[in-house]
Amino acid sequence: MSDDASLNQEGAAEREEISSVGRVGALAISALQEIGCLVWMIKETGAEVRDRVMLGRSPIRLEQLFYQCDRVGVGSVPMVILLSLFIGLTMAMLTGYQLEIFGIVTLVPGVVSVSFTREMAPLFTGIVLASRVGAAYTAELGAMTAGGEVDAIEGMGIGALRYLVAPRFLAIFLMTPCLSMVSVISGICGAAFISSILLHLSYGYFYDQVVKYLLMKDVLAGGMKSLLFGGIIGVIACYKGLAVHGGAVGVGTATTSSVVTAICAVIACDSVSNILIVTFFP
Amino acid sequence: MVEMRAVELTFSDKAVLDGVNFSVRAEEVLVIMGMSGSGKSTLLSLLMGLLEPNKGSIFFKKENLTQLSRAELNAVRMQIGMVYQNAALLSSLTVQQNIALPLEELSDKSREEIDTLVDQKLEMVGLKDIRNKLPSELSGGMQKRVGLARALAMDPKLVLFDEPSAGLDPINSKLIDDLIIRLRTEQKVTSIVVTHEMDNAFAVATRMAFLDGGKIVFDGTPEEFRRSRLPIIISFLSSFSNHRKSTP
Repeated sequence: MSDDASLNQEGAAEREEISSVGRVGALAISALQEIGCLVWMIKETGAEVRDRVMLGRSPIRLEQLFYQCDRVGVGSVPMVILLSLFIGLTMAMLTGYQLEIFGIVTLVPGVVSVSFTREMAPLFTGIVLASRVGAAYTAELGAMTAGGEVDAIEGMGIGALRYLVAPRFLAIFLMTPCLSMVSVISGICGAAFISSILLHLSYGYFYDQVVKYLLMKDVLAGGMKSLLFGGIIGVIACYKGLAVHGGAVGVGTATTSSVVTAICAVIACDSVSNILIVTFFP
Repeated sequence: MVEMRAVELTFSDKAVLDGVNFSVRAEEVLVIMGMSGSGKSTLLSLLMGLLEPNKGSIFFKKENLTQLSRAELNAVRMQIGMVYQNAALLSSLTVQQNIALPLEELSDKSREEIDTLVDQKLEMVGLKDIRNKLPSELSGGMQKRVGLARALAMDPKLVLFDEPSAGLDPINSKLIDDLIIRLRTEQKVTSIVVTHEMDNAFAVATRMAFLDGGKIVFDGTPEEFRRSRLPIIISFLSSFSNHRKSTP
């Protein structure tokens, strides 16, 4: 009897281990399938744009593109400025307090401007856009998918991916570096403000140090990352919206998933790009 | 004009269509009937190229839709209009913008020509003065008629109707039926109507087909449909008759 019981226990433990392994495997397969569908969407969008160009017609309506750029860019400016101002302020304050111990508080402008330009601005801009714009894209496209509007656009021969995805993707791809630059300027202004009050660094000195330490390669690194993050957010948000199923609940689930996935992807790509930049462009 | 040959379609190991064969001649109104969930709307999605069959061929004007490239398929779609069950109007666009959308994206017409065509199509479906309204401000019947106006924007040769009278009151339902008949008699348009409403089916059909078990089990005239000895059709007709008997 005790042998049977121990055999049953072993069997149950083995089944649980297999099912845990199976769950991990299923998750991995699901993730790979999602990536595959995402790549397919990018490829088909490009193909529809190409087909349209070959017909001698504009692939994107300019009014649509400008409207999306206004939503993504102009609409995000207040939030980006506010966030960056306070992050720059906090960063300068905390960095300054630490560097004061070693008597090198004069390095604060250089440290803040370089780290903001290379890292903080693109990353926080990406996070703001993922939550503000990515969620909006997913919800819009999700509602259109659930309501049959995407099928209607496709059925008319217009090309749903070209009509819906291309202007949104292009808008966020172009606006992210612009917003990143706004973030850099706001962050440095916030840092300069708090440095003049608490660290007794004048604005003139702060400006001179920024110009001295901030190099073109820092600006380029930040700019390239911004472009990458904008593309990632646009692609994930549009894909999640078009892949919605399950009505209103599905739209809600997809919107949440879009924001979480985009933020994780941005942070992961940020780490990878930092390693590459530091390795190949020190 | 349209032909389906041995079309099979499976969703998650379930055969929705299992060897569908039918054809539609020019200027016909083919009404496809069947139980709810029998795959009628799926047939229309296949005709639009929104779904691909697992087997079989779909021909439109002798072109095999299953072998066309995306650009070629989009060119074919310009000749087909579809009226969806829920109208599927773009909710963020006004009525005018909805109807003008295919014209703006697919034709070289000027702004003035497009505006004129939009007014013509709205007049054709008996709607005026609603150009600037959003779909959410319209009744179900008005949305269906705007959907029809949009489907007719490119002057298609074939129009597909997915449950055109679903959710409509009898007056609006008759309006849609009259529009379908006028399309055939005045515009020489071929129509395929998917419905399970017997009244509407007999009102508009020049031919009828019945989809059951993933196959077309009947294909003939409305009179032949009434005289059919197939159990499923007898059951359909008897429900229709009982309904008619029970109404004063």
